[in-house]
Amino acid sequence: MELSQLTIAEARRALDSKEYSALELTDAYLEAIARKDAELHAYLEVWAESARAEARSADERIAAGSAQTLTGIPLAIKDNMLIEGRIASAASKMLEHYSASYDASVVRTLKDHGVVFLGRTNMDEFALGSSTENSAFGPTKNPHDASRIPGGTSGGSTAAVAAGLALGALGSDTGGSIRQPSAFCGVVGLKPTYGAVSRYGLIAAASSLDQIGTIGKNVDDAALLFGAIAGHDTKDGTSLREKGSGRTMKKKLGVPRAFLGAGMGIESDMKARFDETLTRLKGDGYTLVDVDLPSLAYALAAYYIINPAEVSTNLARFDGIRYGHSVQAETIHEVYTHSRAAFGPEVQRRILVGTFVLSSGYADAYYRKARAVRDLIRADLSKVLEEVDAIALPTSPVAPWKFGEKADPTAMYAADIFTVPVNLAGTPAISVPSGSVVRDGVKLPVGFQLIAGHGCEETLFSIGKDVEKGNSQ
Amino acid sequence: MISKEDIQGLAKLARLELSDADLPTLGGEIGHILAFVEVIQKAEVPAKTSAPLHRNVMREDGTPHEGNLHTETLLSAAPAREGNRIMVKQVISRTRKR
Repeated sequence: MELSQLTIAEARRALDSKEYSALELTDAYLEAIARKDAELHAYLEVWAESARAEARSADERIAAGSAQTLTGIPLAIKDNMLIEGRIASAASKMLEHYSASYDASVVRTLKDHGVVFLGRTNMDEFALGSSTENSAFGPTKNPHDASRIPGGTSGGSTAAVAAGLALGALGSDTGGSIRQPSAFCGVVGLKPTYGAVSRYGLIAAASSLDQIGTIGKNVDDAALLFGAIAGHDTKDGTSLREKGSGRTMKKKLGVPRAFLGAGMGIESDMKARFDETLTRLKGDGYTLVDVDLPSLAYALAAYYIINPAEVSTNLARFDGIRYGHSVQAETIHEVYTHSRAAFGPEVQRRILVGTFVLSSGYADAYYRKARAVRDLIRADLSKVLEEVDAIALPTSPVAPWKFGEKADPTAMYAADIFTVPVNLAGTPAISVPSGSVVRDGVKLPVGFQLIAGHGCEETLFSIGKDVEKGNSQ
Repeated sequence: MISKEDIQGLAKLARLELSDADLPTLGGEIGHILAFVEVIQKAEVPAKTSAPLHRNVMREDGTPHEGNLHTETLLSAAPAREGNRIMVKQVISRTRKR
């Protein structure tokens, strides 16, 4: 089995036809991790013993003929999803020793499938960042260039899949945190429709923006993983009751030209790769339509008001009382403040900004204004998506940068320009590798992003596969 | 630029402790971030926003599960406990403390 080429579909076929066992497959991944991860640091913890036990159980199921699609498939799970009895730290000193009290719903589902859990992957602390540099336990390296970031916040998950250290992975996406690192690592990343996948057991960053999503080597793998974890969950009050219904494809793509103009900070070769993908799709019978999304000009501002506001609320629970890092002190107030000193700098910044935009005297101008702008963005995208199958955008305006290059927080925020509108609107989106650029003589992957209407993941998979088809020609 | 006093005020609300040494840098960073989002003031939005579409997702009343099913699991995560209770420092004080 050639791990760098292996797909979930191929592994399923090989396992079912007994070409190799689930244990052999898991051992191959554990061996690859032992060889490569000391350098890459995609994983915060590898669960070798339990992975082998899970693989043996999977082999029993395969032998008994009761295997499901993901039985025996080795996956990596981002460090912000709870697996009962195992540490989930959200890459923070605050939860460094926190042992999960319950399974996340998606984990429960994957356990029922008989998946093999290889380990928990690195991320930006509490899912705040765009590079995995904010991890309290050191950054992950981009498998294509060790001096560059893998992207974030799901940088560990995407690096693991890209480097052949996991056959697939789960990540979470609040403002692009699956799509952007997928683009930077050269893998496929899906952010589902808000509510399509249960958030129960996902350590919350911004509750109205977060979604668990899937990462795979190709669109089929990302789709397969999505199919397994999507569905209504009574434990998540925002979980959608109905599955998305397919739509007849018009083979029409919307391109927001005004949003891609000069002054948007898009590197010229990144723009060129985007245009080339569009040309290939045109050759495949797609019509390109210039679409107008005026409210997108305010998307970054709305996002970086709403995200910190919700983060400041969600992270208030980490106070040294019920779980997590706790410091003894004389007064209860000092227990809170001394315990919360475990937060890293970006977490502190987001909490402070969030507190500001929600505070009396400022909430109207900032938070409520941002909420109103969010409604406009949702309406703009909705209107356009009635006329086209999907909107096309580059996943990122820039290629993966070098460690430390974007030390200014707002420089990092600005790079999220094409991904945040999706979370604000709640629509699904996918990043598919398409083309590459060269930096300092090294080839780096480029991601092509598709945004579809609510519940239209099938549209994303269909067009995504056409993008893949075009690339292999 | 946001003032030292403002940052300290926010920190107090957020139960974060900031040292005097941190304040100038944080003040600069927070001010910078607020300047980054300031453009939101230029957005034209309708005077009245429509009420969001909500539906009730609460389950029916009834016995959720047998008592003490999760007590030990949850308490075992607590940093300080005494029997079936989480220990905390005194919250309400009779003497006025500032």
